[in-house]
Amino acid sequence: MNDQTVSTMSAMKALLRRDLMIALRERGDMLQPVLFFIIVVSLFPLSVTPDKTLLMQAGPGIIWVAALLATLLALDGIFRPDHEDGTLEQLVLSPHPLSLLVLAKTLAHWLVTGLPLILISPLLGVLMQLSGDAIIVLSCALILGTPALSLIGAVGVGLTVGIRKSGVLLSLVILPLYVPVLIFGAGAVQATMVTLDPQPHLLLLASFSLFSLAVCPLASATALKISVN
Amino acid sequence: MTTESLNSSSRGKKWLWFHRFGSPAWVYGFASRWAMPIGVVALLLFVVGLYQGLVVAPPDYQMGDSYRIIFIHVPSAWLSMFSYFVMAVSAGIGLVWHIKVSDLVARSVAPLGAMFTFCALVTGSLWGKPTWGTYWVWDARLTSELVLLFLFIGYIALSNAIEDRRTASRASAVLALVGLINLPIIHFSVEWWNTLHQGATVTKLGRPSIDTRMLIPLLIMFFAFNFYFLSAMLYRLRCELLSQERRTQWVREIVND
Repeated sequence: MNDQTVSTMSAMKALLRRDLMIALRERGDMLQPVLFFIIVVSLFPLSVTPDKTLLMQAGPGIIWVAALLATLLALDGIFRPDHEDGTLEQLVLSPHPLSLLVLAKTLAHWLVTGLPLILISPLLGVLMQLSGDAIIVLSCALILGTPALSLIGAVGVGLTVGIRKSGVLLSLVILPLYVPVLIFGAGAVQATMVTLDPQPHLLLLASFSLFSLAVCPLASATALKISVN
Repeated sequence: MTTESLNSSSRGKKWLWFHRFGSPAWVYGFASRWAMPIGVVALLLFVVGLYQGLVVAPPDYQMGDSYRIIFIHVPSAWLSMFSYFVMAVSAGIGLVWHIKVSDLVARSVAPLGAMFTFCALVTGSLWGKPTWGTYWVWDARLTSELVLLFLFIGYIALSNAIEDRRTASRASAVLALVGLINLPIIHFSVEWWNTLHQGATVTKLGRPSIDTRMLIPLLIMFFAFNFYFLSAMLYRLRCELLSQERRTQWVREIVND
């Protein structure tokens, strides 16, 4: 056994590489949350109004809600496949701190699902008639906010991974915890649109993400240990 | 006997009462003894408080009689938050120290908390109609109360979804603790959102320091609600204990009697 010779850092790196490789080999799955994001946003002009000023006002909120839902939809993929094929048990049994391994997995998941949302967001900003400044702030807010979504989501998936059909339950458990991200994220863009400084919102968003970074991996690790048993 | 062992044994005795709370059989007896008397006290306080509040207390100079819903609204709002705290802390104790009774306390508090939150929301919106003109205002406090209701529902849903009771208690304990950390953040973010969003917020009461004749019934109702909470919790705890310990000797004895 050469477990002792593998440092935690390299274990995390290996895990990250593995998860990214799996994601890259199933590129179709990777695309789905982004497509969902675009479709949900484009439903709003159809259902509410194509009116330019109204769209502009509601745009940031709509884009953020859609980003939230797209993240939620993709969330199960973070632990469920590994739970089904038994990888998760091996991770729990490994000598490395589970919270750090969970962090590596969450990072991989964010790179696969969060990052595409951020990249596509300027396009959606244009669709929702946002100004150039607002689009930049929107992308910044998503960069700062989506890590918190993935981190908190990992706790929820950790708690529900043992349950067979957990789709709705996961959203019940997770969505209330997303409220601060939504408020600060949409708030930043809205502040820009009325020519206020978006910085306080962005800083609060960043601090919330950092706080989640400190707390959530520990909570997810505990949750996984309980679920895997 | 040396003085040292005497000391430790007397210290042991001092803490003995506390350890008994770890024994389901003892807690069952305790709950059976106290649930009823506490409930009676709650009932008496309800009668006195409602009489004082609805009949004796003067009408408000601005809101007339509609303010009287405060005697239900404020205690339920307080208990909604207090129940979440009790639930999360006892679930956390159960998670860390593996105390079964503590898990069951959390389990029996959760529906009560959801009920109080619901009461606070309903009374708040009923109060909103005469004072603000609509049933629902996205006021910061109402909104965070709504999120609190969602948190309770999430907790209950999760603990019902997991079949194994031990796993269910432990998993929902993690959720309760995460929620407990998140709750102040949600509260303040909602408050900032509202003030940033709408400028002037509606303040709940003009609050020119509340009249004593209104304050006394409010305090009585506050205690009534708390006693009711305690009594209802003990009743629920009894059921939870019986169903959790259904295979043990002491439950068989009780059931056979």
